[in-house]
Amino acid sequence: MRAYERLEVKDLEICLAGTGRDVVSELSLTVGAGEVLGLVGESGSGKTTVALALLGHARRGLEITRGEIALDGVNLLTLSPQEMREFRGAKVAYVPQDPSAALNPTLKIGSQLTECLTSHPGAVDEVRSRVAEVLAEVRLDAQPEMMKRYPHQLSGGQQQRVAIAMAFCCRPSLIVLDEPTTGLDVSTQRHVLETIRNLCKTYGVAAVYVSHDLAVVGGLVSKVAVMYAGRVIELGATYPVFNTPVHPYTRGLLAAAPSPERAEVLTGIDGQPPRPGRRPQGCFFAPRCSFAIDRCRVETPAPVQVRSQVVRCFRASEIVHAERERVVLTPLPDSIAEPSLSLKDISAKYGSQPVLHGVSLDLAPERCVAVVGESGSGKTTLARCIVGLHSNWEGDIRFEGNPLARGTRRRSKDVLRRIQYIFQNPYTSLNPRKTIGQILAQPLDHYFDMSRREMSDRAAKVLQEVSLGEDFLGRYPDQLSGGERQRVAIARAIVVEPDVLVCDEVTSALDVSVQAVIVELLRRLQREHGLSMVFITHNLALVRSVAQKVVVLNEGRIVEHGSVEKVLEHPEDPYTIKLIEDVPKLAPADEPVLSGY
Amino acid sequence: MTALAAPTEPQEPAVRSPRTPRRQWLAVLGAAARTTRGRVGLGIMLFIALVTVIGPFVTPYSSTAIVGSGLPFAKPSAQYLLGTDVLSRDVLSRVLDGGWVMLVMALCSTVFGVVVGGAAGISAAYLRGKWDGIIMRTVDVVLAFPQLVFALLFVSIIGPKLWLIVIVVGFTQAPAVARVLRSATLDISERDYVKAIELQGVKPVKVMWSEILPNLITPLMVEAGLRLTYSIVVMAGLAFLGFGQPPPSPQWGYMINENRGGLIGGNVWAVVAPTILIALLTIGTNTFTDAVARVAIGIEGRPQEALVLNEAAVAETTLGETA
Repeated sequence: MRAYERLEVKDLEICLAGTGRDVVSELSLTVGAGEVLGLVGESGSGKTTVALALLGHARRGLEITRGEIALDGVNLLTLSPQEMREFRGAKVAYVPQDPSAALNPTLKIGSQLTECLTSHPGAVDEVRSRVAEVLAEVRLDAQPEMMKRYPHQLSGGQQQRVAIAMAFCCRPSLIVLDEPTTGLDVSTQRHVLETIRNLCKTYGVAAVYVSHDLAVVGGLVSKVAVMYAGRVIELGATYPVFNTPVHPYTRGLLAAAPSPERAEVLTGIDGQPPRPGRRPQGCFFAPRCSFAIDRCRVETPAPVQVRSQVVRCFRASEIVHAERERVVLTPLPDSIAEPSLSLKDISAKYGSQPVLHGVSLDLAPERCVAVVGESGSGKTTLARCIVGLHSNWEGDIRFEGNPLARGTRRRSKDVLRRIQYIFQNPYTSLNPRKTIGQILAQPLDHYFDMSRREMSDRAAKVLQEVSLGEDFLGRYPDQLSGGERQRVAIARAIVVEPDVLVCDEVTSALDVSVQAVIVELLRRLQREHGLSMVFITHNLALVRSVAQKVVVLNEGRIVEHGSVEKVLEHPEDPYTIKLIEDVPKLAPADEPVLSGY
Repeated sequence: MTALAAPTEPQEPAVRSPRTPRRQWLAVLGAAARTTRGRVGLGIMLFIALVTVIGPFVTPYSSTAIVGSGLPFAKPSAQYLLGTDVLSRDVLSRVLDGGWVMLVMALCSTVFGVVVGGAAGISAAYLRGKWDGIIMRTVDVVLAFPQLVFALLFVSIIGPKLWLIVIVVGFTQAPAVARVLRSATLDISERDYVKAIELQGVKPVKVMWSEILPNLITPLMVEAGLRLTYSIVVMAGLAFLGFGQPPPSPQWGYMINENRGGLIGGNVWAVVAPTILIALLTIGTNTFTDAVARVAIGIEGRPQEALVLNEAAVAETTLGETA
């Protein structure tokens, strides 16, 4: 143990400016040299706000109202703007979420790296050698001409390495990483994570890794702080937090994360986190908590030590002993019926750029086929060919034996109704100017001859099916959370009674707890309505809980297909094997991470 | 699968943002009117509008009658507050009576221009391909003519009819509207909610009308404000050149022309008064439009909380965009 910790945050409070409503409160953490702290939370938990506060920055409309952020004993919040400027970059550095937006597209990589060094004279002895050194550290030194490249000439993973190199080049004491691997595919993600871990260890840098993804954090950090509604509700070393979580929220999050090893019912956490200013009395999690007692709704729990974790929960010592239950799914028998949708030898192009090469797959009625691939594998293009949004393809798609035309204009109204598509991002797939009632009535009006009364009855009924109340009819999309929006999008698809549902990454824009709820909803609807489903995802772990058959796409070609059990348990193709290996595991596999303790 | 069949409990009602504005255009106008810039612009605008509307009913004399001594350019006096003009008519009466026709014409031509230009811009962007080419090249041709010259061309061929002036001026405004709305539509027509409707095989006209148009209200409002300013200027300019209501009806634009002889040694007010009014009117509309535009882009006037929470939501959505 060192005499002092690199980073000590005490009782931090951040409020909406002028209102006194706190976004983050009572936040205290310490991070030692060489240690990586994972700051985990779902959307709106305040994790990014905290990350920026560690740089002494508050977003527009927010202000840091209380507390202390001490880096090597210096309180950042008392520094003058001039001192702060010298501090940032040199002592504390930031790696943003989206590297393509963070790098200046008009500057060469070399100049971006030297810029940081020259603006902090004295940080390192020799600029040139340090740049070369730092490039080697992030493993970008293989190509000597890297310094002369522009950001757009690099891949996403390389761009993120450059951003990391920029952060590390002045040898800071603290580095804040804001979901730096979110936009990257699984394999790249793993390499970047390893790089970060090694650098922190080698140079004794304290790092705070902000993420919404428990799985990613699990393999990387030595310590985890789980945030909920602006507070840290569980704090402890990674291994115990992941294996014996105490707080009901942490337990819920972990139960919601899908596992590639078992086909099980995913249990999400219903409801949504309260927003600043609308937080309930007592424990903020109480309204969603199955363990809540009367006391939880009145008093705010103070942090208590349970085992090795610090937890904000009154019932922590009892909950520790509660069993985590898992419901294992019974697999559906193989279908021998004629396929409802059959693709033969589909090749698609964007302009002259080929995206898909000879893809064939069969979808049995009332079954689900998962299409798995990394970004750029052509999986979304495949979905769009099926539904008719993409028309530049060759081959044969048959729906119940009849060939499907290219493009929606040439398909009959009936075919269009029977194949429904659910978009990836519920934030863009609902018209912000229409009420949920209007959104649901629109397809009914288009496909069926219905009176207004019938339409609103049907809309109300379908809302019930996706577990939303009738009162949602009059709301607008911007009043809904991401999960609720995706439910509406699902409702819009099933309200016209389709036969085939094409789901394109429908959970990738959602939090883990919500993802579980949506996946369960889809599976329930699929079985109740006897739908055939094409489930497109990059998340191999999800496949197990949803689909019976899976095809793995790589660069527009199917590299492996078969039943889910076979492909996930006995993968044959090297690409599939790599994909499965690269899935971040919840429990940290290698103990060395914990050596900081 | 009994475990699955049990539907999850309905979620607790979504948190409503404090004042979620439903009529977006009203909300934007309201927010704009609450900013300093908006207040000043709206104040000036309403003042001039009030002058033009109430003016005709409170004129001290008939605006066309020759009053007083019959000599031109009498200086302001207790009897004629702003003096008299070149034909010895009361300047105050003429100023009060001379604005409303121009204002109505400017409003009409703005509506015409925004409707035509909007329709052209939206269809060009949404239909793409050859229609985009045809519509936008036509727009380029119209843009190649200076506004005033284009208007004069038609007016001199067909004659100085008021309806013609309205249509021609509106038509010259259309290209600018078309360009702005085209680029806004290009963005919106690629959104998923538009694709979702296209997937149903809905006709393009309906997609444009019911899905795209409601999302263009803000740029439409800003454009309309801007076009109104320009329409006023062009209307006044045409009136100055003698294309407008035939004399002796009073008109601010023509008053400047007919009385310019009085600028030196005569009654300056006969020219200055209408000039000030035209200037104030355009400054007022422009300032208010500016306020609307600023609010619409989010530079000022949005409640802080909504902004912060919105940013958070946007940040979260971008997570999913990458795949």
